[in-house]
Amino acid sequence: MATDNISFNVLKHVLVPEHHLLSEGEAEEILNNMGMTRDQLPKVRNNDAGVKVLESIHGPIAEGRVVRIVRKSETAQEFVAYRLVTKG
Amino acid sequence: MMRGITKRIGSIKFSCVSPDEIRKMSATKIITADTYDDEGYPIEMGLMDPHMGVIEPGLRCKTCGCKVDECPGHFGHIDLAMPVIHVGFIKDIKLMLESTCRSCGRLMLTADQIEVRRSNMSGMKDLGSGTIDIKNFSKETAKDASTRGVCPYCGAEQIKIKLDKPTTFREVDDNHKLTPKEVRERLERITDEDLRTLGMDPATCRPEWMILTALAVPPVTVRPSITLDSGDRSEDDLTHKLVDVLRINQRLRENRDTGAPQLIVEDLWELLQYHVTTYYDNQTSGIPPARHRSGRPLKTLAQRLKGKEGRFRSNLSGKRVNFSARTVISPDPMLSINEVGVPEKAARELTVPVHVNEHNLAKIREMVARGPEPSGTEAYLPGVNYVIRSDGRRIRVTPRNAEEVSSNVEIDYTVERQLVDGDVVLFNRQPSLHRMSMMAHRVRIMDGRTFRFNLCDCPPYNADFDGDEMNLHVLQSDEARAEARILMQVQENILSPRYGGPIIGAIHDHITGAYFLTHDNPRFDRFEAMNILSKLPDIEVPEPYKDDAGKEYWTGKQIFSIVLPKDFRTTFKSSICQNCKDCRRDACEFDAYVKIRNGELLCGTIDAKGIGNSKGKVLDRIARDYGSERAAKFINEVTRLALGALMNHGFSTGIGDEDIPDEAALEIADFNQECINKVSELVESYQEGTLEQMPGRSLRETLEVEVMKVLGLARDQAGRVAGKHLGMENPAVIMARAGARGSMLNLSQMAGCVGQQAVRGERLSRGYWDRTLPHFQKGDLGAYARGFCSNSYKSGLNPTEFFFHAMGGREGLVDTAVRTSRSGYMQRRLVSALEDLKLTNDGTVRNTVGTVVQFKYGEDGVDPARTVRGKAIDLDDLFAEVLGDEANVMLHMDDRDVGDDYGSREKDEMEYSEEEESEDYEELDSDYEGGGE
Repeated sequence: MATDNISFNVLKHVLVPEHHLLSEGEAEEILNNMGMTRDQLPKVRNNDAGVKVLESIHGPIAEGRVVRIVRKSETAQEFVAYRLVTKG
Repeated sequence: MMRGITKRIGSIKFSCVSPDEIRKMSATKIITADTYDDEGYPIEMGLMDPHMGVIEPGLRCKTCGCKVDECPGHFGHIDLAMPVIHVGFIKDIKLMLESTCRSCGRLMLTADQIEVRRSNMSGMKDLGSGTIDIKNFSKETAKDASTRGVCPYCGAEQIKIKLDKPTTFREVDDNHKLTPKEVRERLERITDEDLRTLGMDPATCRPEWMILTALAVPPVTVRPSITLDSGDRSEDDLTHKLVDVLRINQRLRENRDTGAPQLIVEDLWELLQYHVTTYYDNQTSGIPPARHRSGRPLKTLAQRLKGKEGRFRSNLSGKRVNFSARTVISPDPMLSINEVGVPEKAARELTVPVHVNEHNLAKIREMVARGPEPSGTEAYLPGVNYVIRSDGRRIRVTPRNAEEVSSNVEIDYTVERQLVDGDVVLFNRQPSLHRMSMMAHRVRIMDGRTFRFNLCDCPPYNADFDGDEMNLHVLQSDEARAEARILMQVQENILSPRYGGPIIGAIHDHITGAYFLTHDNPRFDRFEAMNILSKLPDIEVPEPYKDDAGKEYWTGKQIFSIVLPKDFRTTFKSSICQNCKDCRRDACEFDAYVKIRNGELLCGTIDAKGIGNSKGKVLDRIARDYGSERAAKFINEVTRLALGALMNHGFSTGIGDEDIPDEAALEIADFNQECINKVSELVESYQEGTLEQMPGRSLRETLEVEVMKVLGLARDQAGRVAGKHLGMENPAVIMARAGARGSMLNLSQMAGCVGQQAVRGERLSRGYWDRTLPHFQKGDLGAYARGFCSNSYKSGLNPTEFFFHAMGGREGLVDTAVRTSRSGYMQRRLVSALEDLKLTNDGTVRNTVGTVVQFKYGEDGVDPARTVRGKAIDLDDLFAEVLGDEANVMLHMDDRDVGDDYGSREKDEMEYSEEEESEDYEELDSDYEGGGE
């Protein structure tokens, strides 16, 4: 794992939700299931701290990739959201 | 009526207008600053030229030949002698000057960089980035280009440009001022390709258009002059400003053409720039606003649009409406919660359109024949104010023409009928802070001059009857009426989406009444029982019990049970519960354990926890399990019963209720003295340095904490002693315990001791040097010197206590004043951010573009109004339903803390504000009234 180019792994912090990079196939499938197009997804910038950590693991992440974010929720115990990586 | 094909606006694009275009669309060139000649006719090529539209009735426009309301107005133009900068674009101009070369005009990025930027930009568009993202991105492009010191194309060295606010550019090294002419020349050199990289579309907007060479003059319809009573003309602010521009423009041209010294020309040029700048925005920072002769700043273009009184917020987002009424409100407990009493006078003005068809023709004719002011009958009969013919013509119905108009009414006409009982109207009270501030009611025409509604509707509107006014809107279409009835009617809003509990329920006297009806199960003889039950419409009177003497009687709990659904069951502890260690349940000595089985109240007292607004468990359960209609019926009936019981019992409270025996007063005084002595000891030990410091606090802070603790104890003890002597037979205590009004704290402050006064959570300390008031020694840290009030409100505060109390009270007032304004602005911003979001059928929350904001509404997809205190399901409740009474035993439900009331914290805050700040709200109210200027 090439985590040396980031000084601190924010994903390990309790307050930061899990981030997962989806493969193109997975992203396509999920978008299909939800009946959405990429441009309708909420955005996350590629200079976002969480995305940077993902980049240190997966290598550079191109614009248009989808990140799955799983966070703890007060109403539903766990909540899954998706975000589209954009230029920051 | 004819209807055109409905078309949707796909998109709107705003852009700059070029000087050529200004001249092309101009109806006339303006050259003279004079407006009217001696006869009062507008001068040709003046600012009031009739080519630019008409404002006087009777005249015709010289451009289009239309009359006043038909002519839309036409633009004119002024040719400026020298170019000037448009203030609105100053930032864009600066960015473009900085990012392009001063000699060759190319964007100072290498071909590769431009390539990357351009492909990024098109990529962003594909991924659904909005215009704002693209704007920010192009701004970054420009910033990148401007950091380069040398042009990559011609190699010219760049000179930094500084902007002297508001409109002057200066080259930093030699302080050379860039004239608008020079700026324009530079902007002209930028190539179309580079403009695209900078996020501009050169086809619709060239940067040099941001430097004005021609000024568009708005039509006279935009700046109409007013004729005063004295016959004088008063011109619009914009016209005044344009006169200034024209005058200076004229002088500038003359001076330039006669070859006046450079200095004079430059001065005039700057003056022209000032006038054009203030013509656009008279609040530009850095220059004094142009003023009217009276000293009032002129209201120019930007001022017309901006802010609360601007075109957008006051004319486009908000509009004045017809079919509405406003008057004072007053209570009427005999109305249903769904009704609103409308005075006849208002009902005769407010109308509902009714379409005439073969079925209602005869009835409508009869109604029209009655005219707008039917008389003769005792009962209210609706008349008709207007008849609208099939061709759209409106005929006003008067008592004189009523008969005639009536006979002419045909099928397919529409008549505007006056209000009748049962019409659906919207009822609203400002400030409209939540959706329950505007609810649909059914009309009841009544005598008098006020709107009337059931007291239970006060909490959602936050209304009282100390002079409050409310608005009423009559719905005009069947769709609107249906929607309002299904979504907005009062009974549909009993459960609040704020905390998943009832916001409409019994208040004040209803609760006291319910207490008297059910507490310790009183017996009512036939006369009393019938008196109470007579408040209810069609009920079945239950079989009376018989006492030992054979006399019939009804019990309070029996009477209460009449209004419950027949299969209703619930169990809870009521508000008067003393929270004993060992709950004796059914055998509770205070009758505080409420048990309802099969719609029979078996034991317990019904009070705020039973039927009160926001706490009432019975109410909550009925609204949830039996539907809104049943809940509305229950509220109507239970409040009437309660009031009946209260009237039967009689109820009154007064200052005498806070009387306590002398020995109790003595006990309180003794304990207070003890505490004060303790404080003195603490202060002494602090001064001697023997006070033990608490971890994390300074010695002084430790002292304060200790002192507050001791004095808090004093007040609590006083409350306890007072409470001991004020028993459950005391009306004030009944109200406090049952949750009707007031708290035990209020009572103990009245009867026992007011306690420590505080500002910012600390004892009072400011005022004079080292002391709060000159009545004390310097450096005195004792209880009395720092704001302890050992007297009660009833015994009366002494002068120093009174002053301290005022200090504490003032803080509350200031706090609320600050809070209301700040939270108002916060709410405005929040609403602006969320107003276009909607819940779609797939459960996602999206904005108008279709972008997802939340993948599932609230993350769980649950409507908070249908939750139990915010939880989607109430497990305890389910168990109780399945297991019956065993559930309580099996799950130890009784021993568990039943939990707080619904939104009790919010409720506390609301009550706090209600009591302490009601006057402030009134002021806000009147503010709204005088909203004119």
